[in-house]
Amino acid sequence: MTTTTTLSVRLESDILAARQHGREVAEQVGFSGSDLALIATAISEIARNIVVHAGGGAIMISELDGRTGIEIVARDDGPGILDIDLAMQDGYSTVASLGLGLPGARRLMDEFTIESQEGHGTTVAMRKWIRTQSARR
Amino acid sequence: MSVPILKQGPFLIATIQAALSDAELQAMQDELSERVGRHRTRGVVIDVGAMDVLDSYATRSLRVIADVLHLRGAKTVIVGVQPDVAFAMVRMGLNLQGLSTSLDLEGGLTLLSNGHRSS
Repeated sequence: MTTTTTLSVRLESDILAARQHGREVAEQVGFSGSDLALIATAISEIARNIVVHAGGGAIMISELDGRTGIEIVARDDGPGILDIDLAMQDGYSTVASLGLGLPGARRLMDEFTIESQEGHGTTVAMRKWIRTQSARR
Repeated sequence: MSVPILKQGPFLIATIQAALSDAELQAMQDELSERVGRHRTRGVVIDVGAMDVLDSYATRSLRVIADVLHLRGAKTVIVGVQPDVAFAMVRMGLNLQGLSTSLDLEGGLTLLSNGHRSS
């Protein structure tokens, strides 16, 4: 059975809460060491993206079947992203930031998809698999 | 003030206590900038050893703080980046290039005492 926790993300303090919860789930799933930092950092980036660009949304964190990995889905009803290819480029930013949030999160995770429609929000889904022999897919 | 700032000899030491909010980062920057003037400080060590994540926002904030302090005449050394955090930063494409770093507080103070220049 897969359990999913949904966290509301609106304020900056929610970013912290989301990445802390993500780290806990990742630990339960069996991730350790540097993977925990990778996952927490990726959550931090997509959560900040919601706070800065959408004003609010939600992050859903689930453990994947048989504790093989973790899935994080971020959903917002913000203005959407006009040009996803552009948004996924390193250094592209519409605000005063490094422009590494989304492309950086993609590099941290094993799977990363982003869907967005102007006026209809953005959904980011990302997964990371446990890298042990027994849990490898 | 959630970031304690201590004066150690001619230098200032700011120890970030765990996950810091944006407002607290901003407050730390203002406080350091003011105290660099008040104490005529030439060097500041920022200890990030308690931070479990250094994302793109935090990285940019540290860079801004170092730039501000540089304009105020002080050199900044970032110390205590944890191994897992360093790995995540590199994987993500973040770095602290242009900023001085050292393993720990002791190393940071030595770096400042020796007057080394950043890269």
